[in-house]
Amino acid sequence: MGDWKTITVPVLSSDSKNIFHYTSEKKISPPSMNSQVLRLPLPSSKSMHSFFSAFCTEENIEQSISYLNRELTTLGFPSIYAESKGQELNLISIINCMNELLVLQHKNLRAQEEVEMQHLKLGSDMDHLQNCYAKLKEQLELSKREIVGLQERDRQLQSKNRNLHQLLKNEKDEVQKLQNIISSRATQYNHDMKRKEREYNKLKERLHQLVMNKKDKKIAMEVLNYVGRADGKRGAWRTDKTEARNEEEMYKVLLSDYEQRQKQLLVENAELKKVLQQMKKEIILLLPPQKQKPKERSEDGPVLSDLEEDIGELNKENMWELSCETVREQLTNSIRKQWRMLKNHVEKLDNQVSRVHSGALNEKDVISREDHELETEKLELEIQQCKEMIKTQQQLLQQQLMSPCDDDTTLLLQDCYLLEERERLQEEWRLFREQKKNFEKERRSFTEAAIRLGLERKAFEEDRGAWLKQQFLSMSTDYKHSENVTTPSAFLGSKYLVQIMLFHHLKIT
Amino acid sequence: MYKRGVVQVWSLEQPDWHCKIDEGSAGLVASCWSPDGRHILNTTEFHLRITVWSLCTKSVSYIKYPKACQQGIAFTKDGRYMAVAERRDCKDFVSIFVCSDWQLLRHFDTETQDLFGIEWAPNGCVLAAWDTCLEYKILLYSLDGRLLSTYRAYEWSLGIKSIAWSPSSQFLAIGSYDEKVRILNHVTWKKITEFEHPATVASSKTIVYKEVEKSPSVETERLSFPPTRALASSLFSTQSKYDVSQVPVSLQHIKPVADRANPKMGIGMLAFSPDNCFLATKNDNIPNAVWIWDIQKLKLFVVLEQLCAVQSFQWDPRQPRLAVCTGSSKVYLWSPAGCVSVQVPMEGDFQIVSLAWHCSGDSVALLSKDNFCVCYLEREEVK
Repeated sequence: MGDWKTITVPVLSSDSKNIFHYTSEKKISPPSMNSQVLRLPLPSSKSMHSFFSAFCTEENIEQSISYLNRELTTLGFPSIYAESKGQELNLISIINCMNELLVLQHKNLRAQEEVEMQHLKLGSDMDHLQNCYAKLKEQLELSKREIVGLQERDRQLQSKNRNLHQLLKNEKDEVQKLQNIISSRATQYNHDMKRKEREYNKLKERLHQLVMNKKDKKIAMEVLNYVGRADGKRGAWRTDKTEARNEEEMYKVLLSDYEQRQKQLLVENAELKKVLQQMKKEIILLLPPQKQKPKERSEDGPVLSDLEEDIGELNKENMWELSCETVREQLTNSIRKQWRMLKNHVEKLDNQVSRVHSGALNEKDVISREDHELETEKLELEIQQCKEMIKTQQQLLQQQLMSPCDDDTTLLLQDCYLLEERERLQEEWRLFREQKKNFEKERRSFTEAAIRLGLERKAFEEDRGAWLKQQFLSMSTDYKHSENVTTPSAFLGSKYLVQIMLFHHLKIT
Repeated sequence: MYKRGVVQVWSLEQPDWHCKIDEGSAGLVASCWSPDGRHILNTTEFHLRITVWSLCTKSVSYIKYPKACQQGIAFTKDGRYMAVAERRDCKDFVSIFVCSDWQLLRHFDTETQDLFGIEWAPNGCVLAAWDTCLEYKILLYSLDGRLLSTYRAYEWSLGIKSIAWSPSSQFLAIGSYDEKVRILNHVTWKKITEFEHPATVASSKTIVYKEVEKSPSVETERLSFPPTRALASSLFSTQSKYDVSQVPVSLQHIKPVADRANPKMGIGMLAFSPDNCFLATKNDNIPNAVWIWDIQKLKLFVVLEQLCAVQSFQWDPRQPRLAVCTGSSKVYLWSPAGCVSVQVPMEGDFQIVSLAWHCSGDSVALLSKDNFCVCYLEREEVK
């Protein structure tokens, strides 16, 4: 190729530095131009001229064109020369080549961008990974140190544990030794004690002999009089019969004690059996009678029949007295069975209640807890109200009964009472007045009657007087005439006279 | 009169009647009445023998080889039988005599190392025999000499200190040196419960009565000089009353010296009330307190805390009333209704050391060293 001269390109901007760098390099190695072409950034328009002028000048046109042609053909582009071997240039192929070159350039640029991006990414990833690695290494170091520390501690504790075990063993051994010592000393002491006791016994015997010898001579006891025996009987000789009697007495005492105890136990037993029976009956009542699944029926079958049998049997009074094993076992077994059934039943009910509470099932048989609670609340309210009413009524009643302490109310009350009384009195007054009037009327009528009566009497008296006079006169004259004519009239007259006398008498009285 | 070896007997009904028994050179260590009141049993010196003197026949019987222990002779409650502890050839035996004619009924050996005491159950059918305090062992024999049961609570530590039968013979209370009382039942002779005596009473259901001193109130107007005797005694004797303390209460606990024999620890006194409802105990480690347990509930009921160490206590033979004396001149009475401290109205000091109830429950005799006085209790009028 031609020699490239170092052209001093004016420093336009920072991005032209590469170009400057490039041109100086271009001078050195033309075959390495390919790679350098690729590395070239898109030149700015300002440096374009200098760049283009650097490669092809007026002198080396032919050379540069042939060079270009060579390069392009090696790259696989069609030749830029025309088909004939002249120096004429094929414009179309040149343009095509240029276009191709541009396209290639774009592609390459894009690829470069991509690669650079990836490069950046990889770089950052690498940084990140390196950081992680550093941190993990640190952590690893720390944990290793910790482990070492813990291991050390573990070792210390284990050694301590071993020491303690050793101490414990030592202590146990010592305790065992001491116990052995104690037991051996105890046996030694016992032996010594026995020896000393034997010696002591021998001394006692000797002393006893001496004392007994002396004893026979003195009178040991002086009594003024003899005292009678406590039970009043006389003393008896000691014979075999008395011995036998004593034995008998002793056994009697023992037997009576045992019999008493047995009686007490029997009574207790009977009471407990009664209680068990009652419990059994109540449990049977508590259990629901029809609530049995078919599966259980087979189990309960024998139980039910047992139940019936039990009830039938144990209704007999005789069973109370029997205390043989089989009857006892029967009773306790049946109670156990019933109790188990009751427990199952209660558990079932509990499950049902809990299910309803959780809201899973709605059993018709079982009242839900909320309803139940509502009902109880309502009832409680009612009870409260009733209680309050009762209280108020009680208070009122008490107030009425007790002597009132409030003045106004007392006055009011008193006024009420007075009104009542007044009204009553008025009534009575009215009655009284009426009666008085009646009495007045009657009195007036009576007086009038009395006046009339008086007048009539007077008239009558006058009449009487006149008649008497007349009679007297007539009687005296008649007497002269005849004695027997006027006997009836005289009789009548005398009768009339008697009547008058009687009336007088009555009047007087 | 132990030193002279003479026993003198007087009659309460016939003041002229008199009896004198002279043991002579045999010496006298102990003397007691037989339950029918017609015989006197004298134990000679060194426990050589027991002489039974009869006051009705002036006859004498001897019992050889009696044991020198704390409770060697025991009479049944009805006075029919007497049990005597004996020791021959380093083995313990028990002999049962019929008191009416002093005939030997049964003679059997006991499996004890060193028999310490024997006691009849109130029903007269069971005899309890217990070993020395070095061994915790109690044996129960029936009246005819058969061994009914043995009970051992633990080994090696000091064992039984005192026992008491309940009046119905249902329970046997055993007090031991480990400050516990164990109760055995009469059906199986096994332990039914243990009562502990800790220094701190923590249960809220027990009542703790504490004796406090009341400062005597002196009326200054009535002071006269020189002061009269009554006034002086009332000035110097301090009145006391009971206060109810709040639980938890901590009682004064003493630790006895470890290297001396018969240490003051453990349950030294036990007594059942006559109606079988209460058990009174005293823990020698806590000498100022009397513990009263409710037997129906098997729980601690009341604790009485005194100012001085309790010397003795006894139940009224008719009702659940406990009389306690502490060596001061006051006698303390407790019943489920409450407790009271009564001053003995004496001039000078009257240190009550022990007391004894009359069998009717109406009076109690208070004994000091040289004197004794009788305290009468008024009965509630029944309308």
